[in-house]
Amino acid sequence: MALIQLNRKPLKVRIHITLKPSVLDPQGKVIEQSLKRIGFPQIGQVRQGKFLELTINEKEPKDAEATARLMCEKLLANTVIEDYSIEIIT
Amino acid sequence: MKAAVIVFPGSNCDRDVASALRKYASAQVKMVWHGESALPEVDFIAIPGGFAYGDYLRAGAIAARSPVMESVLKKASAGIPILGICNGFQVLTECGLLPGTLLRNRDLKFVCKTVTLKVATSDSIFTRDFDRNNMVSMPIAHNDGNYYANPETLESLTSENRIAFHYCMKDGSVNDDKSPNGSQMSIAGILSKSRRVLGMMPHPERATDLEHGSTDGKAMFTALVNELA
Repeated sequence: MALIQLNRKPLKVRIHITLKPSVLDPQGKVIEQSLKRIGFPQIGQVRQGKFLELTINEKEPKDAEATARLMCEKLLANTVIEDYSIEIIT
Repeated sequence: MKAAVIVFPGSNCDRDVASALRKYASAQVKMVWHGESALPEVDFIAIPGGFAYGDYLRAGAIAARSPVMESVLKKASAGIPILGICNGFQVLTECGLLPGTLLRNRDLKFVCKTVTLKVATSDSIFTRDFDRNNMVSMPIAHNDGNYYANPETLESLTSENRIAFHYCMKDGSVNDDKSPNGSQMSIAGILSKSRRVLGMMPHPERATDLEHGSTDGKAMFTALVNELA
């Protein structure tokens, strides 16, 4: 039986890592104050997070998402203080 | 006693802690590179201060996933005492040997100064030569020393007497608003449930000799001699 190998492009994954709402964010606070100072009185709260863009060699988007989730749990996010969200770009 | 000091790329307090261990704990010290797959036979492990992996991603995060850490975790399960100082404390929270985490300092400044600490418990091999409520002077030098844990964790640390040190005022009062970094309950150091793993942000190894300006840290190293000789 012949197997046809298709060259699949790696899947691009975007991950946002944010502080849990209950955690103090002094950096966000300073950014908020700076924005006010430079002429944006309408600014409300600012929370600063992290953005990661990965390429993952998985066939199916759901496998890439599962892998990304494991990566977040094991290293990318500190789940004591951070939440994460994953977006698969197909 | 045989001690290992773990060295990560970016560690910079490794030689100071090795020196304190040799001089005051009479230890034979081996510097162990983070890439090693296994530790030698040791009675004690120190995880030093510094900027392992440049604090990339989170302070201590990548160091905590180094090859040698698997061996460190095994030794911890076997009851080998572990002292994590500053970056070492961050590594211990990242690898799960201690609960909670160290956040960016409340005032967003790298704080480098001598602080007064109140000893919260002398019921550990590290603090047994202090009396509870003793005040000691040690230097801190960190950007991410703001200890945070959820209310349940803080409750169990308190009820199990596992807070080792609080930052305090010169008169001994503990004032969370005035702590150098905003740590919850002014926590400067904590113990594991086994009481054989201690993580602390201040540097006891830099408070051992007269030239340091304080020798209050020496008692932590001399205490190990009797326990682990």
